[in-house]
Amino acid sequence: MIRFDNISKRYPGGFEALSNVSFHLHKGAMAFLTGHSGAGKSTLLKLIALIERSTRGQLFFDGRNVSKISARRIPYIRRKIGFIFQDHNLLFDRSVFDNVALPLVIAGYRHQEVGRRVRAALDKVGLLSKEKLLPITLSGGEQQRVGIARAVVNKPMLLLADEPTGNLDPELSREIMALFAQFNDVGVSVLIASHDITLIEELDYPILSLDHGRLAFAEPNSI
Amino acid sequence: MKRARKNQRHSQHHWRANLRRLLSPQAWLQRHISVARDSLTRMLHNRLSSMMTAAVIGIALAMPSGLYLLLDNADRLSGSWDGQASLSIFLKESVKPATASRLAETVQGWPEVDSVELITPQQALDEFSQHSGFADVLEALERNPLPTVLIILPVTAHARPTAAEALRDRFSKLPETEFAQLDLQWVQRLSAMIDIARRAVLVIGSLLGLAVLLVIGNTIRLEIHNRRDEIVVTKLIGATNGFVRRPFLYSGLWYGVLGAIFAWLLVEAGFLLLSTPVAKLAGLYQSGFSLQTLPFQLLYLLLGTGILLGLLGSWLAVGRHLSDIEPR
Repeated sequence: MIRFDNISKRYPGGFEALSNVSFHLHKGAMAFLTGHSGAGKSTLLKLIALIERSTRGQLFFDGRNVSKISARRIPYIRRKIGFIFQDHNLLFDRSVFDNVALPLVIAGYRHQEVGRRVRAALDKVGLLSKEKLLPITLSGGEQQRVGIARAVVNKPMLLLADEPTGNLDPELSREIMALFAQFNDVGVSVLIASHDITLIEELDYPILSLDHGRLAFAEPNSI
Repeated sequence: MKRARKNQRHSQHHWRANLRRLLSPQAWLQRHISVARDSLTRMLHNRLSSMMTAAVIGIALAMPSGLYLLLDNADRLSGSWDGQASLSIFLKESVKPATASRLAETVQGWPEVDSVELITPQQALDEFSQHSGFADVLEALERNPLPTVLIILPVTAHARPTAAEALRDRFSKLPETEFAQLDLQWVQRLSAMIDIARRAVLVIGSLLGLAVLLVIGNTIRLEIHNRRDEIVVTKLIGATNGFVRRPFLYSGLWYGVLGAIFAWLLVEAGFLLLSTPVAKLAGLYQSGFSLQTLPFQLLYLLLGTGILLGLLGSWLAVGRHLSDIEPR
């Protein structure tokens, strides 16, 4: 699904966020990405979502080298990825339904299809009854679940989550992780960046650990 | 291997379905209608500021439209004399009445001439004393001071200014002619003045068009700025530049449409105010002339100009500012 081949990322100014990172996340696999803050977790996810571009090395997505892909093609790659953010990144001027519908609208689905899929996604995260509400009226955990519904509504092949439980209490965090496990069970590849070591270790998934931009232990480095 | 092939087939099928979905004209239309509606709703939501922008655009569009229309009316007024170009040939005093009527007959035979009217000094004097109210004064004169005059109406082909001038020159060269006058000059002068004014309206119109472009561009720039977060999020979840651009282009289009409608109302209102005094003036000249308001072709032109300027203005703003906004 994702293959990093000796990837380095140096930001303008000289700070090297990632150094010679190599790993392979197979199709249908789920893994955690940990490390202290500033270790390069976010940079790694941003490279996969093509928000940042690597300075050196090759990045493969779904068997395709995307290291040098043109800016015009990037949106079509992003549509295959569901991205979940720590601060949700919901649009507060529109309803829960419209937020979740956004990826489908972008991809050009018809109204009828949009309604069907949005309700299915909201049902999966248990928020079907709140589709007409504005996100601001929801709790933190609910907002995060709206974010997840938006990420999965387009049936992406890969879910990327950047500290999805960062602002949630342990109970809610566990629920969110269980949700990710459910998506993984139906074949979606999942990569979750989190520093919540206790929670991660409860769950039985491979862990990629970053330390000052280097992959500290990833055995086997093919997941 | 088998599974890989099946996967490939599956993904091909998926790909085709996607393509079909994207290219379906119905879905395309649905998408555009919904974006257009969203942009309009958003504008109506900020009613006051939107209406103010539309009013500025409307005033800027109304000025050249109104001036153009006034000129058009003036042109129509002068045009009603255009076809009646006539020549007055004043004959020398020494020319005898018999010579004059012979000359009139000869001239009637010229191919350029449609009709000739001979006005003898006596006829001219009678007409003059009847209409001028100077009958007493004229009677006091020892002899008739008026010359014999030939009024020439050229055929249509020679009624055009240059051809009519050539005809006048031909008459000037006749030995009997004292003076030949083309009664077209003031019409020509008026139409020359209208031409200059029309050019001025074009210049003013272009400048105001530029102003409309800037107003729309700036409005869209602010809108882009206000929706920055939304743009970032939509780009993150796979929006193409085209998708992000679309609502702003529609906003520009709506500003153009609203501005054009506003301009139309202004012009109509202005002409309504002018119509009574103009009718009064026309009545004083015993003319049936009345102001003509915006014809439909011009209304379409106004609407088209509004839409074009709206799209162009927003296109410029979007091209300039949208590329700066990328997810970080």
